[in-house]
This record gives sequence, structure tokens and C-alpha cells, in this order.
Amino acid sequence: MNYLNQIRTLVWKDLTSELRTKEMLSSMLIFAFLTTVVFSFAFDPDSETVKKVFPGIIWVAFIFAGILGLNRSFLSEKSNDCIMGLMLCTTDRGIIYLGKMISNLIFMYIMEAVTLPILFVLFDYRLKGSLLYLILIVALGTWGFIAIGTFLSALAVNTRNSEILLPIILFPLIVPLLIAAVQATGVILGGGVWADWSNWLRILTAFAVIFTVVPWLLFDYLLEV
Amino acid sequence: MFNKILGWLTFIITMTALYLVFMWVPNERIMGPVQKIFYFHVSSAWIGFFAFLVVFIAGLAYLFTRDNKWDTIGVSSAQIGVMFTTIVLITGPIWAKPSWNTWWTWDPRLTTTLVLWFLYLAYLMIRSSIHEEEKKARFSAIFGIIAFIDVPIVWFSIRWWRTIHPVVVDSSGFAMSPKMFTTLMVSLLAFTFLYFYLLTNTMKLEKMRAEVAGLKERLRNS
Repeated sequence: MNYLNQIRTLVWKDLTSELRTKEMLSSMLIFAFLTTVVFSFAFDPDSETVKKVFPGIIWVAFIFAGILGLNRSFLSEKSNDCIMGLMLCTTDRGIIYLGKMISNLIFMYIMEAVTLPILFVLFDYRLKGSLLYLILIVALGTWGFIAIGTFLSALAVNTRNSEILLPIILFPLIVPLLIAAVQATGVILGGGVWADWSNWLRILTAFAVIFTVVPWLLFDYLLEV
Repeated sequence: MFNKILGWLTFIITMTALYLVFMWVPNERIMGPVQKIFYFHVSSAWIGFFAFLVVFIAGLAYLFTRDNKWDTIGVSSAQIGVMFTTIVLITGPIWAKPSWNTWWTWDPRLTTTLVLWFLYLAYLMIRSSIHEEEKKARFSAIFGIIAFIDVPIVWFSIRWWRTIHPVVVDSSGFAMSPKMFTTLMVSLLAFTFLYFYLLTNTMKLEKMRAEVAGLKERLRNS
């Protein structure tokens, strides 16, 4: 089996087990929806200021729901010592990381595809820019978030208080991602030009690439027995 | 012996720095005496960043050599780093209030320092939530590397976001009088010596802690 095939098998395994329990995806969806509703109570959706913080609301909802999913992503591997089985199966442990990252990414994209339209409806927001660019930024930002998040979730699951630890160690690291994603989303929602958000796109790309490659290299050290 | 010499050297240089700051260097023309906090502020910031670099290098060295010495250096440096970064975050607002008329702004330097502080805390949190010594060392080494890589990205993203912090050092050289420059350099040197003095002592403390843990383990098993 070559590298890509192995990754595909792992992703397929995660998707199948999720499809049977629907545990992670359903809780992420409900949580994101709930966060949105809480936001519309906390900030009056009719006021003009809310239109300005709308990009922030989008990303906070995504990241909170994402943390929920990330907390669970390695928990299932820990029960029955599944992770040991995975480690025995593959020659390169980076494959486990990439497989987990891709399946987490798929869950996030599904959650976002449902939540984003709900956000637009509840806040009565009209998109002025291009939808394609918005999808690009959301996809890229989510990739960076999940890349580092998957790695740290594998780290946190091996500690005593993993569910509290993950947000504490993840949030400071994703500061640049959050800034870039919120700014770029804001520019695109307001119909800004390419030059206004190309810098943010660069940061998001750099973040996603760096924090996919570095964890992939370090995963060997993380999963030692 | 080495520790004693280092201790005395640190003491002498720190005293010299204090003399220069409070007696020798003139007050800044516009800001007045409040500007003197700058010498401690910049020096603490330097140690905060330097300690983080040491954590990163110690992390890499630990992963490659698996020598516990590197882990001790890493955790000691992180602890000192938290302390100095805290000093930066306290002295900054004290100066900013009279100068900028605000305690805090979301400037790159300020925000990066704050994020750095949170990263250090995360590093120490990871350590406190793992029992096994080997795993503790390995995980914190990995996090130290990841966090260090993150800092420049934080810096750039916030710089594009906003900036008002005074740029003291730019491409045209130092925007300071020669006396101020000397004082700053001596302060930096004093803090660097202080860092190494604290590092050797914290390492000693960490080693003792590990020894006590080992003894306790042996007692429990006997």
C-alpha cells in the first residue's frame, strides 16, 4: 500500500465510524447553531455594529464548535487502545496524523456548510463580495486551525485533564490565524478588493502549510510508547 | 564555585546598572523620569524572548539526545521567561499611561508579548497535567518547538493589523542619546547575567525536585 492509499484507508475508517455513531458531527452542529443563537441574543442582530463584528461571530462559532470536535477526535482511539493498533499498522506515524487531520477537516467543512447559511439568515446579512472568495478563506482558515488542532488534540488526550488543556494550549497558537481569517472575511463580506485581503490570504496559507508540515514531522515523537 | 562567581558578577553589574539608571543618565526631555522604566522594560522583554529561544533549542536538543539535562534547562528557562514576561506586561502599562494616555493598546509588540506569555503558561500547564517524567519532557519539548515557530507569525499578523509602539531601533540606528544607549546596554547585560544566574539555580532546584520524587517513589515501593 502506498502513502496516499494508507491515508485514504484511515480517513475512510474515521468517516465510517462517525457515520455509524454521528456523535461528533451532531454535537458540533448543535453547538455551532447554539452559539449562533446565543450571539443573536447577546448582540442585537438589527443594529449596525453587529454587521461590523459579523466576521468575528462566524469564526468564534466555528472555532468553538471545532474545539468540541477536536476534543473527541483522539478519544475514540484511546479507548480499547486503538491508537496502538494504528501505530502497528503503519510504517510512518505521520500517516496517522494526516489521516486524522483530513477526517477532522471533512467534519468541520460539513459543520460550516450548514452553519454559515444559518448565520447569514439569523443576522440578516447580505453578502457584498464574492461567495467563492469567502469559501476560499473559510476553507483555508479551517485547514490551518484543524492542522494544529489535530496535533495538539493528540498531545492533550494523553494528559490528565485533556478537555480543559486543549483550548488553553490551542488558543494562543491560533491568534494569527484568527486575526487573518476575521480580517479577510470582513473585507470579502464588505465587497473589498483583492489587494485588501491578499496579505491575510498569505498569512492563512503560511499558517496552514507550516502547521501541517511541522506537526507531520513531529508526530513520530508524540506517539512514542 | 562557578555559581558563586556568577552570583557576584550579577550583583556587581546589576548595581552598576541601577546607578546608571537612577543617578547618571539624564531624564528624557519630554517624558521625564517615567522614561527610566524603559531600561528595565526593554531588558525584561529581551530576557523574555531569549528564554523562549532557549526553550526552543532545549526542546530540539531533548528530542534528539533524550538527555534529561535539556528538559531541565527547558523548564527552568520557561519559568524564568514567564516571570520576565510578566514584568514586561506590568512595566509597559505603567509607562504607557502617562505617555500614550492609555494602559493598553493592541500594538504588535504588546500583543505578541501577551501571546508569548500565554504560550509560556500553556507550556507549564502541559507539564503540570502529565505525571510520567519521560512523557512530560517529550510533550513539553514538542510544544516548545511549535510555540516558538508560531511567534513570528503572530508578530506579522498583528503588525499588519495595527501599530503605535515607539520604534527605538530602526534601520537608521538607535534613536537615543549616547548616555541612554550606554545605560540600556549595561541594563541588558545585567539582566542577561541575572537570567543565567537564575537559570543555574532553577535547574538545581528542578534536579532536587526530581530527586525527591525519585526517593518518594522508592519509599512507596519498599
